[in-house]
Amino acid sequence: MTATETYKVGARSGVGVSSQRPDAVPKATGEFSFSSDLSSHNMLWGKTLRSPYPSARIRNIDYSEALAISGVHAILTASDVPGKNLFGLEHPDQPVLADDIVRYAGEPIALVAAEHPEIAADAISRIHVDFEVLNPLVDAESAVTADPIHPEGNVIRHLVIDYGDPTSSGDVTVEGTYEVGMQDQAFMGTESGMAVPSPDGSVDLYISTQWLHSDQKQIIEALNLPEDMVRLTLAGVGGAFGGREDVSMHVHLCMLALHTGRPVKMIYDRNESFLGHVHRHPAKIWYRHHANKDGLLVKVEGKIILDGGAYASTTSAVLANACCFSTGPYKVDNAQIEGWGVRTNNPPCGAMRGFGNVQTCFAIEAQMDKIASALDIDPVELRLKNALEPGDQIITGQEITGAAPVKEVISSLADHPMPEPAINDLLARPGGTGRTTDQKHVKRGVGFAVSIKNLMFAEGFDDSSEALCEVNDGSVAIHTACVEVGQGFVTLVHQIAEEILGVSDITVIPADTSIGSAGSTSASRQTWMSGGAVLKACEAVVVNLIEQIAEEEGVKYENLDGTLVSEDGTKTIPISEALRGRSFQEKVVHRHAPTFPLDEKGQGNAHVSFAFAAHRAVVDVDQELGLVRVVEIATSQDVGRILNPIQAVGQIEGGITQGLGLAVLEELVMKNGVIQNANFTDYLLPTALDTPPIEIASLIEEPEPGAPFGAKGIGEPPTISSTPAVVAAIRDATGLDLRRVPVRPEDIALE
Amino acid sequence: MIMEVLIPSSAEEICELLSQDNSRQLLAGGTDFMVEVNYRHRSPSSVIAIDRVPELRNWHHDGDSVVIGSCVTYREIERGPLATLVPALAQAARTVGSPQIRNAGTIGGNIGTASPAGDMIPVLSALGAEVSLRSSEGKREISLDDLIVGVKQTSLGQGEFIESVRVPVLESPQEFLKVGSRSAMVISVTSLALITYPKTQSVGIGLGAVNPRPTRARQAEEFIKDFLNWESMQVDPSGLDHFKELVSEASRPIDDHRSVAAYRRHSIGVLAQRALTRIFSERSPSG
Repeated sequence: MTATETYKVGARSGVGVSSQRPDAVPKATGEFSFSSDLSSHNMLWGKTLRSPYPSARIRNIDYSEALAISGVHAILTASDVPGKNLFGLEHPDQPVLADDIVRYAGEPIALVAAEHPEIAADAISRIHVDFEVLNPLVDAESAVTADPIHPEGNVIRHLVIDYGDPTSSGDVTVEGTYEVGMQDQAFMGTESGMAVPSPDGSVDLYISTQWLHSDQKQIIEALNLPEDMVRLTLAGVGGAFGGREDVSMHVHLCMLALHTGRPVKMIYDRNESFLGHVHRHPAKIWYRHHANKDGLLVKVEGKIILDGGAYASTTSAVLANACCFSTGPYKVDNAQIEGWGVRTNNPPCGAMRGFGNVQTCFAIEAQMDKIASALDIDPVELRLKNALEPGDQIITGQEITGAAPVKEVISSLADHPMPEPAINDLLARPGGTGRTTDQKHVKRGVGFAVSIKNLMFAEGFDDSSEALCEVNDGSVAIHTACVEVGQGFVTLVHQIAEEILGVSDITVIPADTSIGSAGSTSASRQTWMSGGAVLKACEAVVVNLIEQIAEEEGVKYENLDGTLVSEDGTKTIPISEALRGRSFQEKVVHRHAPTFPLDEKGQGNAHVSFAFAAHRAVVDVDQELGLVRVVEIATSQDVGRILNPIQAVGQIEGGITQGLGLAVLEELVMKNGVIQNANFTDYLLPTALDTPPIEIASLIEEPEPGAPFGAKGIGEPPTISSTPAVVAAIRDATGLDLRRVPVRPEDIALE
Repeated sequence: MIMEVLIPSSAEEICELLSQDNSRQLLAGGTDFMVEVNYRHRSPSSVIAIDRVPELRNWHHDGDSVVIGSCVTYREIERGPLATLVPALAQAARTVGSPQIRNAGTIGGNIGTASPAGDMIPVLSALGAEVSLRSSEGKREISLDDLIVGVKQTSLGQGEFIESVRVPVLESPQEFLKVGSRSAMVISVTSLALITYPKTQSVGIGLGAVNPRPTRARQAEEFIKDFLNWESMQVDPSGLDHFKELVSEASRPIDDHRSVAAYRRHSIGVLAQRALTRIFSERSPSG
């Protein structure tokens, strides 16, 4: 059964059906308006001058020639930043425009506004920067002790988890060092936006982002303006995956608009997009696992180094995830984990789908297979033996109080039938259109991997989302600042509101900063957080409706599944009917249960909830040429409850494909701090021919306490264990160790 | 800043436009050129878009050979009658970019761009292709191997353009194999064409992406002759190892962001052996 056969798009809305997303047809036909489609009367075009060097001192910037070009309206540099020349998602450590030092290749130095993008580009090429080129620091390990490249030092975070008895040991130990290359979010729609100034000195920014309020906070600091003078409205987003969580062109656009008094638009080209957002942290990970002879884990020792690049971004939180879940979805009583998130002159790294768990999961799952092999235990059996259960602790000492169907996830996947043997088709083999591989060169392998992902923000962050439910004569409008990046939140708003209010006439008001923060569309959190806020706002309307009717009629009604029933049971009225002729405005702020910081031993209830997934990959490998064809990926996932089946499947298929990309294709190749393949010619995303059928063995629906409708976030888990499953399958086919992703042809063929 | 685009309707007119100003840039599909323009790596003031000239968009069967106009697209080469006449060229065309790219990109553009990774190059080289050049001074023919003189460098004279390319119609097996990290839409890491010539009982082997200019593995071609049986279409496997080595030795690959030289040297040999044994089944002379 394939995903698309399982679920049909339903006509009815409400929770649990595959109601069609409102943007589906416009996106398919090209009518959807993305941020790159923005335009305004009298608009100028902005462009950014970026450093070609990963480390240099700026001695002088001469832009007189550029400014003299007809049609150029402004050239701005660091000295033109009105407020604090620093921004940052977690804390401000990155210049809006480089002042005296550039710390990565691609760092913004100057801005141009011109009548036409070509004029702006011409002006950029005529700004002369006198650089004193310095030796870049590009090795993450040596960064720990190297001379600091930033006033805040090179170690962004050092985290120790000391759990259980450090002297414990098992019957067998397995050890390995693993590496993860730099993956990119590679969203289809590059960064774009438009800032429109007002005569009162305020500015409206239309932008594709993941978190409007975090952007706003950083922009007002840099512009030195009060909050109400910088208004943000979400523009159509063409994918995000973490890469839009940090500020990119936001401050730049506002500066140019306020300076010129005209609307200013920017679109990064593909090359600039690769330079203009953070990437997935490259990692180096060492593990020693101890197990007893039955295969039960006794202790895990690990050292994790994440290369954060030049600026902090979310390195601190990514490292926390990498460390907290460094033993995977397995129960272990003893763990000694040490992690470093460091600063180098490589491009800044930050949020990307899977957020720290991707890196360690790749290494953990390789280690689990090594234990299985050392003890001659079936890899699936070994995982079942060690699987976390409700009530178990993770290595931060936090007890799992919610749903944790890890064993069900593993078993249901293991029981799923295997794919058919290879078909006799040259295109279906490794090498694809290159016609390299005959059937006799092909070895098939199977790999299995399991993952854990925390849902929502952690470590004591005050995480909230605000929603407004407005009813006017029976029609409903919902407003949040939740960013739709393509995940389908807008569809979900319709479904939740219809589920509670029974009304199908629902307007989703565009996300902007005129309502309170919704938090970021990241961390698999928006269904829980903003979905939860919408649910509460709708429920508050029902409560008020019942009160109003009680006042009017003197009869108390109860809400039974969307119908109001009088106390004596004689009168019933659907909520949708009762809302006619009435108006309500309910605004609520939704919070999840509080979390707490980790102590000096890395202990504490730092996380809200956990989701689990398992992946089984089948690959065909041409070992002599090192070419891999992924034949099938099957999955089971712990989802709490499915609110929209076809959207759930969409997340799973997309996430798995992104995980496959990291396994065998996707890497920003670095050379001395400079990206060598900042384009889609050489940053290789999986094509349709590289993407196998994705089989959903089971979606485990065990409702999560505290989550709206019991639904867990589902966006990230598919990306996490799909990568190690593919690599395990390649190991199975080849017998090779393969300690690095992505696995390149030479890694297989030259071994 | 301003780019003039001229759209001639005949080869004659191209000659004229070039003789007025031989610095004018030729566009024959634009799949490489326009990327460079968009990234401002090149900004010519005058462009001649030759890809709408009917006589350059045609091909014809001419005795033992086929003459392919320089603006015939990959899509036309990939399937239909051309694919039957020159199968290795079709196999190579199929590996170029996406369908959109193959609808725009042309064989003449691939030759003129002269990239070592150009997918047409090893096939044309193994086929001993002759390229017909034209200018207001007249026409001349030159072998593909002599036309491409270095990385993105040709020996095209001033005011000259590629009118067509002539390749033999052989009606015997041909193979094109290409290694890339991705199953489709990928720049060649290595590629190889192997053409059989039953008349001379020899094979032609063209190497792709491993040398600055078109390269035949001449020593390997010569060496393997003695191991081939053209009646049974079999190869004596005792010659294969050295054959592979000779092909690898004919390559001078580099390390870059797409791969490493060691892998390129290894894989080009593997491709040669596979291409050969797809056509000639392995059997020892005694067996």
